[in-house]
Amino acid sequence: MTVSPDLDRRFREAAATLGLVDVGFDIVDSPIGELLVAASDRGLASISFDPDPDDALERLARIAGPRVLRSPRSVDHARRELDEYFGGRRRAFDLALDLRSLPPFTVSVLEQLARVPYGETTTYGQLASRVGHPRAARAVGTVMNRNRIPIVLPCHRVVGSTGDLTGYAGGLDRKRTLLELEGAR
Amino acid sequence: MAVPPFERFYEEHRSEVLRLLRRRLGADRAEDAFQETFLRALRAYGRLDHGEHLRAWVLTIAQNVAVDTLRRTRPTAELVEAGAEDARPAYTELADLTDGLGSKERSAVVLRYGYDLSYDQIASALGSTPDAARQAASTGVRRIRRRIST
Repeated sequence: MTVSPDLDRRFREAAATLGLVDVGFDIVDSPIGELLVAASDRGLASISFDPDPDDALERLARIAGPRVLRSPRSVDHARRELDEYFGGRRRAFDLALDLRSLPPFTVSVLEQLARVPYGETTTYGQLASRVGHPRAARAVGTVMNRNRIPIVLPCHRVVGSTGDLTGYAGGLDRKRTLLELEGAR
Repeated sequence: MAVPPFERFYEEHRSEVLRLLRRRLGADRAEDAFQETFLRALRAYGRLDHGEHLRAWVLTIAQNVAVDTLRRTRPTAELVEAGAEDARPAYTELADLTDGLGSKERSAVVLRYGYDLSYDQIASALGSTPDAARQAASTGVRRIRRRIST
């Protein structure tokens, strides 16, 4: 017995409207591939490059609760801003972020990261200095690697001290594309 | 076993839930009941303490939504018959033992002793309180004992 797309859509909308979802997610098309975008009632919780959502859903359940449901309406705001960003019409995001359960050091690094302007780059070492731990470049690299909300928290703007792209959880091609989109390279 | 993300649970069980509801209610009323079933499941999902026997749990919710729907639209006498004949979608192996119990008692006994669910989980499936679920299970067991011993 197949559940019709209409019935399926109505259930998902009702669930989101009634506020019964811990995290709603949807797949968003972008020039760097499909993104799994997830938001809770606190704000944007995750952007994942992996189109196979199994791991991402488990991770979201651990962060925000097991009521993880695909629900386009939950990510409408984020989808609109991402579309504008990729279309070259937006330079800064105006989205609440759900950073719950992250350690204080990680949060302070991400707060500094959020201040790196569109189209500019910084280094792991500079970011470490800005959070008051100038020798913690490696730890900053780990925070970048585990960044749950790439693109919006722009870890693609962080490069090695020699200007090398160094690394990116979504792959160096994506990092390069994002920097080119912003005119940073 | 940890409770899986709701999306996985929903994808795994939605077809069977719709099948059960169509059989009980017909195609039209099944759609509203389908939505109600998964909304009830979603309301209770955050309180589940493990991810076992979720099929039995959601089919019990569907069963109770069907009974509620029939109660709204049919005379009571018919309802009892309909409820009794199709009240055990997930647990036919215990049918012999639980035959003769009312729908809620049978669900409570099977979910408690067949599937080891907590009274909290059983209550969410039956749309009642944990105390009422405990009461239904204990009444059910008493009746089974009485029948076996005679």
